[in-house]
Amino acid sequence: MQDALAWLAQIAALIRKEFRDLFKDPSSRALLLVPAILQSLLFGYGATYDLTHVPYAVLDQSRGAASTRLLASLDGGGVFTRVATLDNARQIAAVIDSGDALLALAIPADFEARLATGRDAPLQVILDGRNSATAAAAAAQIAAVVGAVNVARGHAPLVTIDRRAWFNPNLESRWNLMPPLIAALSMIQTLLLSALSVAREREQGTFDQLLVTPLTPLQILIGKALPTMTVGILQSTLIFLIILFWFGIPMVGSVWLLYLGLASFTLASVGIGLSISAVALTMQQAMLYTFLIVMPLMLLSGLLTPIRNMPQVLQWLTYANPLRFGVDLVRRVYLEGAGLAEVGADFVPLLCVAALTLPLAAWLFRHRLS
Amino acid sequence: MSAVGFITRLRALTRKESRQLLRDRSNLLVGLLLPVVLILLFGYGLSFDVKDARIAVVMQNNSQAAREAAMGLTGSSYLSPVWMHDMREAEAAMIAGDIDATLRVPHDFLRQLALGEAHVQLILNGVDSTTASAIEGYVNGALAVPFAKRLQRMGGKSAESGSVVIVQRSWFNEPGESTWFLVPGLVVLILTLIGAFLTSLLVAREWERGTLEAIFVTPVRPLELVLAKLAPYMVIGAIDLGMCLLAARWLFEVPMRGSLPIIIAVSLLYLLVSLSLGLLISALARNQFAASQIALLVSFMPALMLSGFVFDLRNVPVVIRAISQLLPATHFMGLIKTLFMAGDYWPDILRSSAILSIYAAVLITFTCRALRKTMD
Amino acid sequence: MTGATVVAEGLQRSFEAPGGGSLRAIDTLSLTVRPGELTALVGPDGAGKTTLLRMIAGLLTPGGGRLEVLGTDVTRDPQRVQDRISYMPQRFGLYEDLSVQENLDLYADLHRVPQDERGPRFTRLLKMTDMARFTARPAGKLSGGMKQKLGLACTLVRAPELLLLDEPSVGVDPLSRRDLWAIVQQLVEDDGLSVIVSTAYMDEAARCAQVHVMNHGRILASGTPKALCARVQGLTFAAVPPAGVHPRVLQARMLAAPEVIVDATPHGGAVHYVRQPQADAARLAEALDGAASAPRGEGLEDAFMLLLRQHDNGTHHALPEPDERTPASAVAPDNPNVSPIISVRNLVRRFGDFTAVASTSFEVLPGEIFGLLGPNGAGKTTTFRMLCGLLPATEGQLEVAGRDLRTARARARARIGYVAQKFSLYGNLSVRENLEFFGGAYGLRGRALRTQVRAALERFDLDPTARSGELPAGYKQRLAMATGLLHAPQILFLDEPTSGIDPLARRAFWRTITGLAGAGVTIIVTTHFMEEAEYCDRIAIQDAGEMLVIGTPQQVRDKAGADRGTDMNAAFIGIVEQARATREAAV
Repeated sequence: MQDALAWLAQIAALIRKEFRDLFKDPSSRALLLVPAILQSLLFGYGATYDLTHVPYAVLDQSRGAASTRLLASLDGGGVFTRVATLDNARQIAAVIDSGDALLALAIPADFEARLATGRDAPLQVILDGRNSATAAAAAAQIAAVVGAVNVARGHAPLVTIDRRAWFNPNLESRWNLMPPLIAALSMIQTLLLSALSVAREREQGTFDQLLVTPLTPLQILIGKALPTMTVGILQSTLIFLIILFWFGIPMVGSVWLLYLGLASFTLASVGIGLSISAVALTMQQAMLYTFLIVMPLMLLSGLLTPIRNMPQVLQWLTYANPLRFGVDLVRRVYLEGAGLAEVGADFVPLLCVAALTLPLAAWLFRHRLS
Repeated sequence: MSAVGFITRLRALTRKESRQLLRDRSNLLVGLLLPVVLILLFGYGLSFDVKDARIAVVMQNNSQAAREAAMGLTGSSYLSPVWMHDMREAEAAMIAGDIDATLRVPHDFLRQLALGEAHVQLILNGVDSTTASAIEGYVNGALAVPFAKRLQRMGGKSAESGSVVIVQRSWFNEPGESTWFLVPGLVVLILTLIGAFLTSLLVAREWERGTLEAIFVTPVRPLELVLAKLAPYMVIGAIDLGMCLLAARWLFEVPMRGSLPIIIAVSLLYLLVSLSLGLLISALARNQFAASQIALLVSFMPALMLSGFVFDLRNVPVVIRAISQLLPATHFMGLIKTLFMAGDYWPDILRSSAILSIYAAVLITFTCRALRKTMD
Repeated sequence: MTGATVVAEGLQRSFEAPGGGSLRAIDTLSLTVRPGELTALVGPDGAGKTTLLRMIAGLLTPGGGRLEVLGTDVTRDPQRVQDRISYMPQRFGLYEDLSVQENLDLYADLHRVPQDERGPRFTRLLKMTDMARFTARPAGKLSGGMKQKLGLACTLVRAPELLLLDEPSVGVDPLSRRDLWAIVQQLVEDDGLSVIVSTAYMDEAARCAQVHVMNHGRILASGTPKALCARVQGLTFAAVPPAGVHPRVLQARMLAAPEVIVDATPHGGAVHYVRQPQADAARLAEALDGAASAPRGEGLEDAFMLLLRQHDNGTHHALPEPDERTPASAVAPDNPNVSPIISVRNLVRRFGDFTAVASTSFEVLPGEIFGLLGPNGAGKTTTFRMLCGLLPATEGQLEVAGRDLRTARARARARIGYVAQKFSLYGNLSVRENLEFFGGAYGLRGRALRTQVRAALERFDLDPTARSGELPAGYKQRLAMATGLLHAPQILFLDEPTSGIDPLARRAFWRTITGLAGAGVTIIVTTHFMEEAEYCDRIAIQDAGEMLVIGTPQQVRDKAGADRGTDMNAAFIGIVEQARATREAAV
């Protein structure tokens, strides 16, 4: 009992030292919190696939009642803004090239006449395809408006699809993108901090001093991992609160499960970070190795694009990526309200990564020759 | 100061920086390997295009018309329908993540159809909203075909007038491939990355290791220090640019409609801006951890998120758009996409090059000032 | 005076103190440096030597006063000065990933040394620094002392009009120090070079034409070494301790009487001391405790100590009280029945094909002060790291307190204390936080920890709130010692604990060590101050990984030959050179 207490007290001393080192001066405190806040705001506002504003140009050669009605319903929708009214087809290139208009509508001279005689009237839509996602979204919006116009003209479709989206009723991309940031954004710093923690001590010569104390590698490991995990979870909490209260995305799952998931995820991240740290000779190397792996981890996490759109080989690779499971776990608990039974499988790879990297890091403390 | 002295010292310092760059493998891994990984991931790994989305079909009405309608799904190359017996089974599969959407054809489908308008229900998993939206579009399209046929067979309703038909053309990216806009954006990302990850550590490292004090008390001028630090990384950046262009041309077959010399020239100009920004951050932060954090925050992340790389700037609030206009990456992003897909559009080339040149001049001036030879 | 190299008048410079307020580093200082001469700046830590040199180099702007260097107002046009001078900072920042040759080339290019001058100059510099064999080695792989020498070589790639050296010989071994000074002196004589050097070695200051003694940002005294020595004329004596009494014990006793004794150091079996000019004869006799004493010639260090004691009244540099703890195993070192606490047999350590330590054997008895001496790169630090379990041995056996610390359970390490080179501390943390952490790591907690920390703060006269990264070298060393001793180790490893430390702090340090040894703590220490070998019970001299000699200071001096006299420095150089000659002859 007394021994166990003494053992814990030694770790506590190390943890206290690490916290003091991290939070000592205001500038380093700011560096731990400001990036998380700024980045979640940036992502929240900047990361959206939802097209809310489509500037367009129109070349109306018909100038009839039908084309006027069509344009009126476009302008009245709130999404389309007319930025130019053109006189001839040659002007289209200029407005599209300059990016002033995302699309141009060309209404042919016989538009009115064809409709009146019961024939189909073509409406030309020229899209700026430089961002193909935006172009596709704009095309869908145009189609919706035109469809409505046709319905108004008495062309009710035979079958109507009633859409119901689970978990995200309006299919807002922010709902899809933001909750995973609770895991993703804090991972960058967790990795960097843990990667630097041993590398910095090596560079400054204090690591030798640490190794001659009676601290065991296990104690050093715990003492190094816990403070970094705390910082990571603290950042996650900040981002979580911003998403929940600032952006108002409702959380349906259990907070308890969310944090259990975050803890396992952060543990795996710290394991990777400490392994980098133990391998790196200098702080510079620790940082660069971290950057080197952070980018692929992010891209192969399903954060931006779905995993199943990837080639099979890459899909296999993602099993080694803790962020993939962190993202999945957070997304499903947050939005779907998934329970332990549904996301339990996500814990397995996370804990496997931790179980591999943490002992490796501990072993390297003593066996990495400088 | 004599020109000869300037050249001699610049050469010596450049040689030193190049050696330091080459000696540490981690520099090369980030400078050369990471771009290759990114090129491959962006080219092959990332796709917004949904293929074979699994959709459960629950037929609560088994009429000929209903089956005909559902058969439309089989024809779509984007959807792979799975027939299920009841909604409970479908919902369970959706929660487990085995399927992405459920199409329910209700009991009274035939009766509704007879009345003129039938409803089917499409349930989507909104967690992945992008995929969900895409599936909705595909289902719409897939169902439209059989019903249009049916409508024709029925002789149509009394059509007093024709309907508006959209004839759509997409300029610049005719096939609508996401690689076409991801790969030019990747050029921006990679050139930004070298500045944010590599040069942002350079001066901070020298402050930390105390190597500047002795260098200061030599005939060296601050501008020489700055230029010597930029030179080797310009080479690395140029190699990366070359790899990007080759991959774009031969691997991903992205069109390059602008002229190659202009693409290269403006890319190198942007590279200079990116490297100088990293260097300035490094000179001001004086410590590697802070420098890399700041570089990540003001250089790399915004270039990824706010430059119009993936997320269109048209969709963001005015404040964010204003911030994005402050970023050199935004100006280069617009330009490089135009150069790749549209061609040499001179007003854009001139305006963006002017803005980037001003950035380069200002950043280098400030870096020189930050490297004023003093320990104060 | 016209044509002066440096003229400073009423020079001032303050820094922001950590806790707000300002700290006067240079306080209305006036000074003139004549051209073509060696000028020394000496003074304790924090006297303002580095600040003054940085101002002369144009790296710091004076807060007030006038400073002219080579006829140029350095504040107005620092670049003009920097084009003409060479400066070696205290911590010379070598590019560690560049090789020795590449570092030299870089500085030669920056100073635009013509190609035809480089050959002979590089040859001479490499020979002087004994680095001709290592030109291809990355600077980061050199030992601490070799880095310092390379820094000097980089500074000397050209003959400037003024050379500024900030403590150039910190951590440099006696042989290299001798060579280093030879080349500086040659530059002065041949090229008429002006040199300003700050140093903690008084024997170096004694070679200079002018010496300025600084304290608290002011000049305390200036003059030729001879003129300064005259101040202690008739006050210097040598006392011979009674048989069986180690000189350090007598010396410690004498230092305890500051009202009669200015300074005392063990030297060649005797104790050299300086008495107070107005010392009371009876008190003096009491302090000497019957030891016979005879007058001796005065040295610059004697004068320096007198000047500082008079200026500070001994308040600022209060000597830490010796440790009065009585350990469990207080054993006299000369007892033949005692078994060694450290034993090393045929220890070998190789890095690739480089042998850092070759077949080394020695034993250390409990309560002994054992000195490990040797030139830079001799393998001392490698030996230390193996003993502390930081590095596995390639071959051989080693036991510390009966165990190999590499494989022993973690608790075994609680019996040793380790003070690494450069006093590795957490620079971000305060003094108290450092102490609390290391105390905690050694298993102290609660009241025991608080008591130990409070005792350490008092004993080493440390300000608990000071940020340890900003402490002057002397205080860093005290803190490093304090952290190494918190858990009352049986064995203390000290790697160059006195490097970069002024003479006052070194006295304080050795007094602590004497006290610890008296209490039975075993001490293994490395040093480049050969006079410090006199404090040791036994010393070993290592070179190129080989053990050259082992024995008491007297035995080592005897082995070097009587013609070397009582000077340990000369004895050391003699033994190492002799061994090197034998080795070369054998090849």
